[in-house]
Amino acid sequence: MLSIDHYLFLGLALFIIGVIGVITRRNVIVVLMSIELILNAVNINLVAFSRLYGDVAGQVFALFIIADAAAEAAVGLGIIIAFFRNRETVLADEMDLLKW
Amino acid sequence: MTPTGYFLEHLWLIPLFPLVTAALMLFVGRRIPKIGVSVLCVGSVGLSFIHALGAVIQLLAAAPENRVSQQILFEWLTPGAMHMTSGPPVQFVADWGYLLDPLSCVMVLVVTGVGFLIHVYSVGYMAHEGGYYRFFGYMNLFMFAMLTLVLANNLLLMFVGWEGVGLCSYLLIGFYFLKKSASDAGKKAFIVNRIGDAGFILGILLVAMTLGTVRFTSQGLPRLMTFLAPGEQMPHHVLLPATAGIVQELNAALDAHALAYGAPVLTAIALLLFIGAMGKSAQIPLYVWLPDAMEGPTPVSALIHAATMVTAGVYMVVRMNAVYQRSPLALDVVAVVGAITAIFAASMALVQNDIKKVLAYSTISQLGYMFLALGVGAFSAGIFHLMTHAFFKALLFLGAGSVIHAMSGEQDIRKMGGLWQKIPATARTFGVATLAIAGIFPFAGFFSKDEILGQAFDRFFVLWIVGFITAGMTAFYMFRLFFLTFIGYCRADEHVEKHIHESPRAMVLPLMILAGFSVIGGWIGWPEVFGGENRFERFLDPVLVGVMPETGAVKIAHHAFAKEILLMVASLAIVGAGFWLAYQFYRTKRIAPELIASKWPRVYDLLFHKYYVDEIYDALFVNRTKDLSTAFGIFDARVIDGIGVDGAGWLARFGSTLSMWWDKWIIDGLLNLGAKLTQLLSFPVRFLQTGMFSSYALLILVGLAILLAYYEQHLSVVLRGTR
Repeated sequence: MLSIDHYLFLGLALFIIGVIGVITRRNVIVVLMSIELILNAVNINLVAFSRLYGDVAGQVFALFIIADAAAEAAVGLGIIIAFFRNRETVLADEMDLLKW
Repeated sequence: MTPTGYFLEHLWLIPLFPLVTAALMLFVGRRIPKIGVSVLCVGSVGLSFIHALGAVIQLLAAAPENRVSQQILFEWLTPGAMHMTSGPPVQFVADWGYLLDPLSCVMVLVVTGVGFLIHVYSVGYMAHEGGYYRFFGYMNLFMFAMLTLVLANNLLLMFVGWEGVGLCSYLLIGFYFLKKSASDAGKKAFIVNRIGDAGFILGILLVAMTLGTVRFTSQGLPRLMTFLAPGEQMPHHVLLPATAGIVQELNAALDAHALAYGAPVLTAIALLLFIGAMGKSAQIPLYVWLPDAMEGPTPVSALIHAATMVTAGVYMVVRMNAVYQRSPLALDVVAVVGAITAIFAASMALVQNDIKKVLAYSTISQLGYMFLALGVGAFSAGIFHLMTHAFFKALLFLGAGSVIHAMSGEQDIRKMGGLWQKIPATARTFGVATLAIAGIFPFAGFFSKDEILGQAFDRFFVLWIVGFITAGMTAFYMFRLFFLTFIGYCRADEHVEKHIHESPRAMVLPLMILAGFSVIGGWIGWPEVFGGENRFERFLDPVLVGVMPETGAVKIAHHAFAKEILLMVASLAIVGAGFWLAYQFYRTKRIAPELIASKWPRVYDLLFHKYYVDEIYDALFVNRTKDLSTAFGIFDARVIDGIGVDGAGWLARFGSTLSMWWDKWIIDGLLNLGAKLTQLLSFPVRFLQTGMFSSYALLILVGLAILLAYYEQHLSVVLRGTR
């Protein structure tokens, strides 16, 4: 029988993987994917607690976050494509126009 | 009974037709096809001629003393109070009005009639020239200005036309403006005329100041209402407010003893106006522009520099005859200047080799004749000669144009000859004109020239002698021209000779019509000796009213029959002598002209170089003016530019340097100080901005961790409470 802790650990694991991805990877597409991981870690958390407390609001929020993630992916990828057309790179350390 | 009728009521149409087509040509002429240009421009002058003819016929229907039709279109210069040199202030007004009286009848018919023929001729002459529409635009503009000049009812409006014809003359002399000599000649004509015009406008101002009006006559205008009790007298200036004409004012002033006969102010007016006439009508010393004006196309020489514009001075003097007749001194000056010009120009014409130059000097000489006539008080004889001269001189110039056309542009009579068979129509009409200008009975020139000589004989014998000799010289140079051009063998180059051809019909037809007038044109002045009644003089008499008996010009004395016949025979004899000499020189070659020339080389040189007048003028006036300009130029460069402009520039630069320093060190300095301070303060924080978002993400994470740790420490109570 899976307890709430399993779910929380899975979410924690996903979150940590995502954070490590965001911090360490240079490729912004991978960074974007890592952010998706973080979001889904939160989703798992929300659904788990929703089940635990029998409150459906958590699941509703999870659905909102999925929609939000889709929009974010669309906008984020759009920005990346536009940037790639201008600079021919998707590496984060080369995106330094605003650096002093 | 005042004359009326459609044409008289529409006098203003006469100058309007050419103005409209001139505007059309000069604004959109480039887009109008050639045939359209010809039809419009010639047609408008033709319409003017028809209207002029109609108006003259309607005027002739009235009794001689009523033959004045005056029409004021609008007030041009609105009335204003003006102080005269004597007397109370008057209302000065100049209107845009047209006046038709016997004098302007003659002029308007000559201008539109001869003008129309020359326009027709130009269609043929200019057919292959560039700027066809421009040429006709200027010609029509000239017609407008000339008609304004002769139809104007006051001096100021006349001056508008006067300047207008001067402008058109300039434009047409310089028609081939790419040619340096043509544009120079145009400039010369314009500048020399400026000298005359300065005198003319001073004369107009003096007329206005003295008489309070510039209108020629109040005859033909509706009478002003006067509110005077019967028997009440008013000073003449008040009695004739603003609408009075020069003639009426002059008579009133003389009656009131405000002016005396021969008063200095009248002489001054007459002489100033005559300076204008000297410029426009090419009299000594202002004649130098006319020979150079031959640079223009030949129809222009015919229309402007022979038939119409150059006679404007004669017309003006006759128009102002009321003033001239009251100033015997001025009349004498006119006569002497005219006589000297006549003989002086004729002597230069004797040796010229350019066909148009001969005719140009001949024109000057004939204009001198006209002024000689005016000066001896024979005003109608002067106008008579003006009219006949317009016919035969226009014909001579058009014939010369036809010759030049046939000779592929050659103008030197030494390279012509033998054209009698080759261009018969031109040659015969030219011959008629030659007979007319020489004054052979019964051609037109005989009557007018004889009239002038007869009057001069009575007035002053020396003047008659001068005119008499001039008549002989005229016959000589005209027949010399005729023989060299048309008789003998052809001296042209072979390819030119092969190319000789008669001109197109558009050119020949005007020649024939003008030839007709050169024959019969003088008959309206058929002298009484031959059983005529000299209708022309009777016709002009109303314009010449108010003649003072003292000048002897009142009624030209009619000498005894025998004396008059004798004078005619004498002038015919000297004309015959001139002809005989020319015949011996250039036809039979019994006497070689070169021999005569080499016998008196000095005289020949003097004549050939036109008395070196151009050179003298250059040395005396032109180069001195240039020196003055150079001096002014140096003054300009050193003082105006050096001290004024450069000084101002230096000051401005100095001021701006100061201002720049202030700007740079104070205004910008403060600004930069603020920026530097901000930079300095931001120095430690700057290192956080790596520009790499992973480091930002790390910072966010660390911050989050710190925040969470904080909450864990301090807010555990709150969190636990919710559990």
